[in-house]
Amino acid sequence: MSTFNEDDTVLVDPPAPPPADVVLHVHRLRKKYGAAEVVRSLSFDIRRGECFGLLGPNGAGKTTTLRCCLGLIDPDGGKIEMVGQPVPKAAREARIRVGVVPQMDNLDPDFTVRENLLIYGTYFGLPRGVVEKRIPKLLDFAGLGNKRNAGIRTLSGGMKRRLTLARALINDPELLILDEPTTGLDPQARHLIWDGLRQLLAQGKTILLTTHFMDEAERLATRLAVIDHGMLIATGAPRALLKQHVEAEVVEVFGDEVRTWADVHGRKLAQRVEVAGETAFCYAADPQPLLNDLATRAGVRYLHRPANLEDLFIKLTGRELRD
Amino acid sequence: METETKNRVKAATTKIWAPPTLSARFVPVWRRNLLVWRKLAIASILGNIADPLLYMLALGYGIGALVGEVGGMSYVAFIGTGMVCQSAMFTASFEGMYSAFSRMHMQRTWEGIINAPVSLDDVMLAEWLWTGTKAVMSTTAILLVIMLLGYGHTWLALWILPLGFLVGLTFGGAGLVMNALAPNYDFFTYFFTLVLTPMLLFSGVYFPVEQMPAWLASIAAFLPLKHAIDIARPLMLSRIPENILLHVAVLVFYAAVAYYFALALTRRRLLK
Repeated sequence: MSTFNEDDTVLVDPPAPPPADVVLHVHRLRKKYGAAEVVRSLSFDIRRGECFGLLGPNGAGKTTTLRCCLGLIDPDGGKIEMVGQPVPKAAREARIRVGVVPQMDNLDPDFTVRENLLIYGTYFGLPRGVVEKRIPKLLDFAGLGNKRNAGIRTLSGGMKRRLTLARALINDPELLILDEPTTGLDPQARHLIWDGLRQLLAQGKTILLTTHFMDEAERLATRLAVIDHGMLIATGAPRALLKQHVEAEVVEVFGDEVRTWADVHGRKLAQRVEVAGETAFCYAADPQPLLNDLATRAGVRYLHRPANLEDLFIKLTGRELRD
Repeated sequence: METETKNRVKAATTKIWAPPTLSARFVPVWRRNLLVWRKLAIASILGNIADPLLYMLALGYGIGALVGEVGGMSYVAFIGTGMVCQSAMFTASFEGMYSAFSRMHMQRTWEGIINAPVSLDDVMLAEWLWTGTKAVMSTTAILLVIMLLGYGHTWLALWILPLGFLVGLTFGGAGLVMNALAPNYDFFTYFFTLVLTPMLLFSGVYFPVEQMPAWLASIAAFLPLKHAIDIARPLMLSRIPENILLHVAVLVFYAAVAYYFALALTRRRLLK
């Protein structure tokens, strides 16, 4: 654990101020709960116009990091600058120009769809006229134009998420923070949310996204950071990270005899083999010899696919279950 | 290392118990509650005043026929004035507990609000003032009924409205303390059994406190509702209450302490 002590040298080595196009600057962020270090010297920068994915297993420190950035909790160390404002000192000023989509829906069930946007706008101190002018566009964006007077309880899960996203845009934010925005949604609803986010990126918005869905990160993130146990373990563009950490192709082999097969043959034919339960994950730059071998074995089922972020994630954070 | 941890714990504790930060950002949050209330106004007012009104009529005329005048006023007016204070107490307590718990815990409304440039301190201030506002609403309704029945036709009686606000802040603040500690709705039963019921029975709502044995009456002197009633009854008779500053000071003291604890405990609950 001695590596974390280097944080204490911050005073003799003051960090350079972030460049002008950095929308969120996090430097050596630390947060402890009692004896547990939830965030340990985490640093990253988000530049204007990019979609930055913060990935990590449950309990990796994603939500704590977001709460620190929003100034809802005070970090135990490090520096945060969001939309040019120091946090937590000027957290309020920063939040004026940030939109948040929380992990769990907290739309106001006592109001209609339209009223939810209107009331939320007042929390930003926006004049009613300005908010009212923005609402039709936002409802269109959320695909809720014909639901403007509907009660929240009548909306589907996907509609609620879209409205929450629209609500986060009511102040025309510079930075949009989404905490696991599609958890619990069906595929159709997820695709709609992704479409919306891509539109926002095309308009030049900056997005910070936490997720543990790798397909979501792969689709949206221009750059990502994998964190675990509160530490950054890899950062970069998705493709570059894959190239750097994972072999190009994967063959998943299934069956009860798979462990024996992997030990006798698999490990010779692939660069890396991981056995989990009754599946052997074989990673290889060139899977042809492996596939040839498998073709000779009757009754063996396998799946051949390109490596994806999930492989990267598992490689970096391990296979054990997180609760 | 150990001292470092201690210092950190100390810093976090100081923050939780820091004095309230005040800003005008609380206004939209208070207004939000008002807008929701407006949708259900009639049901809400009826709910708040039905009980005290029934008590006032049944006991006022029923027992009133037996006892005649109490404390220089008809028993209906006597109990009616008690009911005004009682309803301010119950309305605000209810708002600070059940309604606030819905907004904080069940609907996560506060969580949504503090992601906007509104702080938890603003939310708490708004909720606290809202409990007082609700208390004024039920105070107004019951006072109106009393006046329609022919009592309290004096300008001084209108001072009962700001009194209702103060009573609301006292018990609304206490309700918000309970809210900050509550694991679920059932928890609030303790407050009814241990605080509100004794308050109702020993503060002189139904009979003058002086009727009780001296030791019980001296305990009653610590109950905020008793001080509210000591202000309200003379006002109904168009008299300026004796020791009014003392009574107001007691209510302000309870209200301020309750609010401070509610704020600190809510910070501890949500800002972690």
